[in-house]
Amino acid sequence: MENNLLFEFTLDKATKTVLITREFSAPLSHVWEAFTNAELLDQWVAPKPFTSRTKYMEFKEGGKRFYAMVSPEGDERWALQEYKTIRPKTYFKMYNAFADKDGITEPTGSEWEYTFSEQNGITKVTISIYNESLERLERILDGFTIGMKMSLVNLDELLASLSK
Amino acid sequence: MRRDVFQAIADPTRRAIIALIALQAMTPNALAENFNTTRQAVSKHLRILTECELVKQEQQGREIYYSLEIEKMKEIDIWLEQYRKIWETRFNQLDNVLKTIKNKNHGK
Repeated sequence: MENNLLFEFTLDKATKTVLITREFSAPLSHVWEAFTNAELLDQWVAPKPFTSRTKYMEFKEGGKRFYAMVSPEGDERWALQEYKTIRPKTYFKMYNAFADKDGITEPTGSEWEYTFSEQNGITKVTISIYNESLERLERILDGFTIGMKMSLVNLDELLASLSK
Repeated sequence: MRRDVFQAIADPTRRAIIALIALQAMTPNALAENFNTTRQAVSKHLRILTECELVKQEQQGREIYYSLEIEKMKEIDIWLEQYRKIWETRFNQLDNVLKTIKNKNHGK
């Protein structure tokens, strides 16, 4: 790891919430952009070797992002996200539901809240993911696990290239 | 009723029970001595844990001993760890994207 940036990952079983905190060595405006701009999201949100393909995204309250995680074999896993609340460069909340390729969503999904803050050039992002049933969270891993070993190899390569 | 395994380990007392019986099989009485609670309360927690197949019981003479279903506990750890790794990978990718944004802005 190239830095001492904070990374916390906890599961609060009582509130059925996964809480993730990460610091980034970048100004808040850049980080906000990376989380709210489709083109940038597609560049990082899919863990390699998966890719993210956004079909459409309208980042505004009531707006939606419809996208697929695509496996190296070309399998698509679609999800529809609806932005519920947006406070620019501070906070946004969305509802995520798995969907089919036509955008027909499953009845229940998860609630995602993102909080952003900047101090001394370091931007901190906190993500809380609420699921009615944590067992459902397991499904997030469906399809990802196979690629896991490969993605770790990619990560090693990435880190090696960064330290050059 | 099929219980949610994560609901089962949501309770701090149940987590403490798991920690204790992970070391050795114990009777409800022996467990209750470790908590500021009644045997009945401990039994109720044990019933929930049993229903979730997180613990198993074994009759030894007049006593019932409870022990941990290690494999089931591992399942939880494994998927959590994998989910964590997905985020780690994602964020490392995001670090790169942010670096690119920074460089672009400097170039302007």
